[in-house]
Amino acid sequence: MTEPLVQARGLTKRFGDFVAVDAVDFDIAKGEAFGFLGPNGAGKTSTMKMITTVSPITEGKLTVFGLDPATQGRAIRQRLGVVPQEDNLDLELTVAENLYIYGRYHDMSRTAIRARTKELLEFAQLSDRAKSTVEPLSGGMKRRLTIARALINDPDLVILDEPTTGLDPQARHVLWDRLYRLKRQGATLIITTHYMDEAEQLCDRLVVMDGGKIVAEGSPRQLIAQYAPREVVELRFAEGQVDVVAPRLEGVANRSEILADRVILYTDDAEATQHELTVRDIHPEQVLVRRSTLEDVFLKLTGRRLID
Amino acid sequence: MSTLTRPFRIVESELIAYRRTWRGTVISSFVNPVLFLSALGLSLGTLVDASENDLSVPYLAFVATGLMAATAMQSGAGDGAFPVMAGIKWRKEFHGAITTPLAPGDIVVGRFYWGAIRLSFMLGVFAIIAVLFGALEMGPALLAVPPGVLTGLAFQTVVTAFTVTREDETSLSTMFRFGIIPLFLFSGTFFPISQLPDFLQRIAYATPLFHGVELVRKTALPDVDSSVVTTLPVWVHIIYLVTMMALGLILASRFLERRLKP
Repeated sequence: MTEPLVQARGLTKRFGDFVAVDAVDFDIAKGEAFGFLGPNGAGKTSTMKMITTVSPITEGKLTVFGLDPATQGRAIRQRLGVVPQEDNLDLELTVAENLYIYGRYHDMSRTAIRARTKELLEFAQLSDRAKSTVEPLSGGMKRRLTIARALINDPDLVILDEPTTGLDPQARHVLWDRLYRLKRQGATLIITTHYMDEAEQLCDRLVVMDGGKIVAEGSPRQLIAQYAPREVVELRFAEGQVDVVAPRLEGVANRSEILADRVILYTDDAEATQHELTVRDIHPEQVLVRRSTLEDVFLKLTGRRLID
Repeated sequence: MSTLTRPFRIVESELIAYRRTWRGTVISSFVNPVLFLSALGLSLGTLVDASENDLSVPYLAFVATGLMAATAMQSGAGDGAFPVMAGIKWRKEFHGAITTPLAPGDIVVGRFYWGAIRLSFMLGVFAIIAVLFGALEMGPALLAVPPGVLTGLAFQTVVTAFTVTREDETSLSTMFRFGIIPLFLFSGTFFPISQLPDFLQRIAYATPLFHGVELVRKTALPDVDSSVVTTLPVWVHIIYLVTMMALGLILASRFLERRLKP
């Protein structure tokens, strides 16, 4: 196997007493789209920042392109494209100027930047806005510009920290489409997200992080197979009914989760489960049957607690 | 690219932004000295010159040189404060820049270069206007631009180091209210510090704008006596300001590294 593009062993980040990233191991191969999935505060962004060399590691080992972030940060960043969680575009500059200054930060010549800008504006569907200042652009356009800016130096590795958070569905789908194209062109991507559909769409392989640790690893399909039965039956009951029904649900499915007014049943055979409900004379107000998704895996692994 | 040339990338991006905003700054570069010199130099100056005093130069010349250094201080301090807070906290463009080959130190040095360019232009305009007002001779006036730039940069770097350690802009306005404005008023800008009580004079000796004012004045008005300037040698002012500037640069780089790369 060729050397991984990014390798972490026992990678740890502490801020005072708080352990943000707790001895994680992972390898990211060239050409792979690798996801870090987890709730807020799981340690995804801290991990990204260490890979980007903008946060020193506390303990363990990390190499990017086989280089050491502590001493060879510049050489690493030269080959990176970084899309931060929050856009940090220069709002007073135009779309093209934003690309230009990052090209210059990367030591590119003016002619090289000009050629690349044309390509990237087409890629980001912003060609007709090249001379517009950034301020009035929509959230989706700003995000596409941030991604285009990250690609100015033709990076070997693109790091996207929650690329579609806060965008409307249309904008998200346009962005996924662009990222998918990037992936097909052979780019190596690292994506953090807490959107399961995003991870399913884009990631070849992913790790689920929770409380600074990696709690699962695999392809989206593997993770679903491993952690969630094939189908999900969601039952909605009238207020207060759940407590009455819950004891009678024993054995109708592989696993059940009791919520305030809802019960979620994880099962290999939804039809059999539904039949069993009828036999037991359980009649919810509403029944929804669906395939299990990464979201179910995620909730099983990281729990349903609310994290702000 | 070396440590000295890489920061020019920051200068370049400042220049691109400046292409959009230059009108405002150019106008204020012209209007400010005209207003100050008419109000203080001409109007107040007539009163001062008509009264009994020891000043061996017209008040206009005295205050023009003081204002040149004080303007440099204000501009330098302003440049070290709000744009730096914006880069870290409001618009966050510093956080983006350090994901490219640039490092926090490059941002500090780049802004320092840019500050030198801006101050040179602004004080050059100031010097020429002072000449047009009849306050100064052309040659010495232009020679006083570098001492003014040095004064401005000493403030810019130290204020940058301060700003980088602050969480919000309240501490910046406090710094201006209790730091910059008192310095502006009591560093010999408007009256010789020999007018101050003894103990305040000694405090004035320790403050940076005093050295800036003295250095500008001794350069722009080469033949004045001790009624206008102190007898301190010029090198004392230069060493004071250069040390302050170097310290500011080192601390600002170190603090920004810590702030941006936690």
